[in-house]
Amino acid sequence: MNQRRVELTLTVNGQRHEVAVEPRKTLADTLREDCGLTGTHLGCEHGVCGACTVLVDDEPVRSCLMFAVQCGGQAIRTVEGLADGERLHPIQQAFWEHHGLQCGFCTPGFLMLATSVLESRPDIGDEELREVLASNLCRCTGYQNIITSVHAARDQMRS
Amino acid sequence: MTAGVRWTGRSLRRFEDPALVRGLGRFVADVADRDRGTLHAAFVRSAVPAGEIRSIEAPPGAPVLTSESFPGIRTMCARLDRPDFVALETPVLATDAVRHPGEPVALVVAGSRAEAEDLAEQVVVDIDATRPVLDAAAATDPAAPTVHAGLDMPMGNNVVLDARFSTEGVDAAFDAADEIVTLDIRAHRQNALPIEARGALAAHDPSTGRTTLTAANQMPHMLRTALADILDIGEAELRVVTPEVGGAFGQKMCVPREYVALVAAARLLGATIAWIEDRSENLLASWHSRDHTYRLRGAFTRGGRLLGLDADIVCNIGAYSNYPVTFGVEPLMAMAELPGPYRLSQYRVRSRAVTTNMCPIAPYRGVSRPVLTLAMERLMDTAARRLDLDPVEIRRANLVREFPYAMPTGLPVDPGSYVETLDAAAEALDLEGFRRRQQQAAAEGRYLGVGFSVFGERTGYGTPAFAARAMEITPGYETVQLEMNPSGDVTARIGASPHGQGLATALSQLLADELGVEPRQVSVVHGDTDTTPYGWGTFASRSMVIAGGAAKLAAERLAAQLREIAAHHLEASPADIRLEDNSAVVAGTSVGVTLPEIARIAHHSSHLLPAPIEPGLSVSATYDPGGTFSNACHAAVVEVDPDTGHVRLERFVVIADAGLEVNPMIVEGQIHGGVTQGIANALYEELVTDDDGNLLTASLMDFLPPTACEVPLIEVTHVQTITDASITGAKGVGEGGAIGAPAAVLNAISDALSPLGIEVDEMPATPSRVRELIRRAQSTTTGDRT
Amino acid sequence: MKPAAFEYHAPRTLEEALGLLHEHQDEAKVLAGGQSLVPAMNFRLARPSVLVDIAHLPDLDRIEATEPGSVTVGARVRHLDLEHNTIGGPLGSLFALTGRWVGHYPIRVRGTFGGSLAHADPAAEWCALACALDAEIHCRSASGSRSVGAGDFFEQMAFTTCLEPDELLVGVRLPELSDSCGVGMAEFARRWGDFAIVLAVTAVERDGDSIAGARIALGGVAGGPVRASNAEAALAGRPATAGTVAAAAAAAAEEVDPTGDIHGSADYRRDLVRAMVTRALDQALK
Repeated sequence: MNQRRVELTLTVNGQRHEVAVEPRKTLADTLREDCGLTGTHLGCEHGVCGACTVLVDDEPVRSCLMFAVQCGGQAIRTVEGLADGERLHPIQQAFWEHHGLQCGFCTPGFLMLATSVLESRPDIGDEELREVLASNLCRCTGYQNIITSVHAARDQMRS
Repeated sequence: MTAGVRWTGRSLRRFEDPALVRGLGRFVADVADRDRGTLHAAFVRSAVPAGEIRSIEAPPGAPVLTSESFPGIRTMCARLDRPDFVALETPVLATDAVRHPGEPVALVVAGSRAEAEDLAEQVVVDIDATRPVLDAAAATDPAAPTVHAGLDMPMGNNVVLDARFSTEGVDAAFDAADEIVTLDIRAHRQNALPIEARGALAAHDPSTGRTTLTAANQMPHMLRTALADILDIGEAELRVVTPEVGGAFGQKMCVPREYVALVAAARLLGATIAWIEDRSENLLASWHSRDHTYRLRGAFTRGGRLLGLDADIVCNIGAYSNYPVTFGVEPLMAMAELPGPYRLSQYRVRSRAVTTNMCPIAPYRGVSRPVLTLAMERLMDTAARRLDLDPVEIRRANLVREFPYAMPTGLPVDPGSYVETLDAAAEALDLEGFRRRQQQAAAEGRYLGVGFSVFGERTGYGTPAFAARAMEITPGYETVQLEMNPSGDVTARIGASPHGQGLATALSQLLADELGVEPRQVSVVHGDTDTTPYGWGTFASRSMVIAGGAAKLAAERLAAQLREIAAHHLEASPADIRLEDNSAVVAGTSVGVTLPEIARIAHHSSHLLPAPIEPGLSVSATYDPGGTFSNACHAAVVEVDPDTGHVRLERFVVIADAGLEVNPMIVEGQIHGGVTQGIANALYEELVTDDDGNLLTASLMDFLPPTACEVPLIEVTHVQTITDASITGAKGVGEGGAIGAPAAVLNAISDALSPLGIEVDEMPATPSRVRELIRRAQSTTTGDRT
Repeated sequence: MKPAAFEYHAPRTLEEALGLLHEHQDEAKVLAGGQSLVPAMNFRLARPSVLVDIAHLPDLDRIEATEPGSVTVGARVRHLDLEHNTIGGPLGSLFALTGRWVGHYPIRVRGTFGGSLAHADPAAEWCALACALDAEIHCRSASGSRSVGAGDFFEQMAFTTCLEPDELLVGVRLPELSDSCGVGMAEFARRWGDFAIVLAVTAVERDGDSIAGARIALGGVAGGPVRASNAEAALAGRPATAGTVAAAAAAAAEEVDPTGDIHGSADYRRDLVRAMVTRALDQALK
């Protein structure tokens, strides 16, 4: 059943993307298929694993639980927008240095989640930070090095 | 002359990571979604666990493919050559019957996944549902439905493997025992749950007649062979590529029916078709894991020596066999390795595989070892409590200390640090101090407990190990092709297929030391059957042992060539040439030649090469070891909330001996991840079906991988016992975390609840199960309901 | 796991939204934060043919003291806004301590208070809070408006309320709690951020060393949130002691009639009721 497509403009990582999508197309699928930004991954499509986490107006959202048609006019940020050219964002650098990833599939979601919380609450405490990081699932690392990485990025971003 | 050890043993940052943290890693769905011409497949699946297919009706003209669409296709059937084995054939798409919920019946193709799902909903499969059998014990009843009707089952209804082993004096050992401990261990069904589910993209190129399958998979060469065999085509017509793979843990090792159907469909339609498994399909019908039951009897002396062990193991392997390792891997590994690191001379075991109308089982991190370790470690703790011994004491009395040691089954165990890691764990926990704290807590009505788990992790299974299982398809060896390019950089082509382990980084460290180059000069090529040598892939904690061993052998050959050429060039003896700092130097002098210069000579001035050296710098080596054992002791401290049954992990200590650690950071990461999956196994994850076979845990709201809040700090201490069972000295570490953790956790819970007389032998030990045990214990001690 | 096709509307006025609901009746679903609806749509368990997105309706995103002694929470006030509310007093505290149990941070960024009530998950924190405080739920349709008490709003069948297909939940009025009121919230879930197996929300009015009155609502023990009225009665007029709390918790465990599921049997849920009521009361009396 083909549905009428809706034309809309998405602003992703500061760039405008004119897309025409079915209303049922999620933000995640639109980013991946229509904007060519496949760094946002899908792990469950029901809002539990968090692999698809992106920032909408600087807040973390599950992009599998938003439809693209809901996102016109909002500033969307994905993992592809974190680095400044060749220079990695401190959170990316920290994940690299502290072995915060293994297979790397969940990593973009964790990076966006952590970026959002560290930008909005640079002084967040360890316990609360752990609770925030519990929003997403990782199957490889046992979380320990993810937590270490985010602590390191927090210290780096504060200084 | 060997090169210096400069890189091995260092926690080098991984070369794999920069692309991954930028979101530039290309996983199979990324490859599919970046190509706008890709069609998308969805599978129509059986809604019932058992039944006869009456008809399949699709909208007229719709691209719906069923088994009838592929008349030439063969069934999938891997065999063990043993008399106690019944081979099970798997049709690629169900033909007359369905045998488990979610079994693929038809495949539909559309322009997007959403449209494919729309179409799949319109396909009506009329199934005459029959009574299913879901439980292994129930399935062996002669009156139970037979899952594969018409198949001869000489060993009992639905019994597809019935393996037995016994030493001579088991009964005598039990007669001589002071204490006989009987245990019933139950490990429920799980899903390995990589965060990336399975998926593949089949692209048929009519101009060459070749089909390329880009797939989330651990064994690309095996997958290509299987596809060729099943589709009855030559392997040269196929190419299998494994791009970035988002975790696998065994679930992406065996050949999925869906991938075969996808390739067949792409060839039939001359199209590029993706199937990206969704989480619903993954939980229902990817591969399930474990689902074992053990009845264990141990004969002990008063002092705690284990004299004899008698085990009856039943594995519910679901409706079909996996391919290529077969369902036999579950019961046969359990049978072969159950005694673990405990000195034992009398052992009797019966180990069965039973087919049911459940999703088929495939290996999952540790395969049978998390359960067999749970069984042995629960046996030790239960015996210790009966005999009033300390858990450390009873283990010390039984652990193997002298090497080489052979298990009662004859399996050789190479040197390890079983007693040493146990003692180190007890010390790390301050066991005496803990016992005092435990008593104080008990006085406040709090339940603290400690649990140990000592185990060996058999790794580096080479061909001899797999041949012992009489596998028709016998994996084992690995080949590495090594080439120094004219620029002096090194390319290593490997048959192993890493997917998150950081093997490319670790191998480049190893090779850098052998060749005197920097790790960043080494490129590791993997995951493409067109560009890598035939090999078995990445599974069973094997890659650093076997691919690492092959890399070392290849590097030795390449280094010999480099020394030969350098010696000729420098008019020295090859034995005096050292490879270091990108140069070949005459030992004790400053006379040398750079490796790029040698590489140029080898490739571009080959007339200058000494005979009999051939042009180029290309070597190949294969390594096929007998196997080795890593070992570790895990220790958990828990607090059990008696009101809710909740188990809080207070501490988790790992003393791990994986032999030589090429990159300790990576080793530690493997342990963290493995332990976390072991904790999940012990406390959280369980696939539950109702009596009609419906999966009740069909989402991640109900199947519960733990989050950062459930996993404690994992305190890892490294021990390195180097043995000659592995030429690199590395022993493999991929599975150990998952193997040891469940037993440590369940032992700790049992220790915490020992004042109530509770032993926990079922996993996961969910809060409701733990609370149920407490409620029962309290009602028998106080006589009223609490 | 892609949703079935639907028509999407993003009305700019309440009237327009109510008109769409009237036109499409039970073919339509209201989309607020979408944190429960969209998963159900992705599984194709929910397949509305029309979605009415209320994100652009004015005024529904406010927390207001509309009249003395009460606070009105607009339908699309987010979980996160309630977690970090500025209401003050015991009511503000109860919102804050309950809010952190609602899903995970990214869920709280999108999910709404009104959406949670309209979705009526039997284990939802906000539903229990609304039940405990006898919230008044304001519903509007093209033909009029009505206010329904929480006790009548939630049907005792999971995911079912008295909302008509053409009605929109626009706001919820809650009574402010007096300064002598202590509040508590206890929840047992398998993992951090999961829906509760059992939860208890309490508000206890103190009178010196004794308890003047108490409100206790439970989630996870029936088709909807329920009040533990026998337990409330066991507290009223009694000294604020551990013995009183234990008696109330026992009464609560006795009066519920839960059913079992994969996360726990009926008996287990009763055990959890006793434990959670004890903990929530202890917190309220602290």
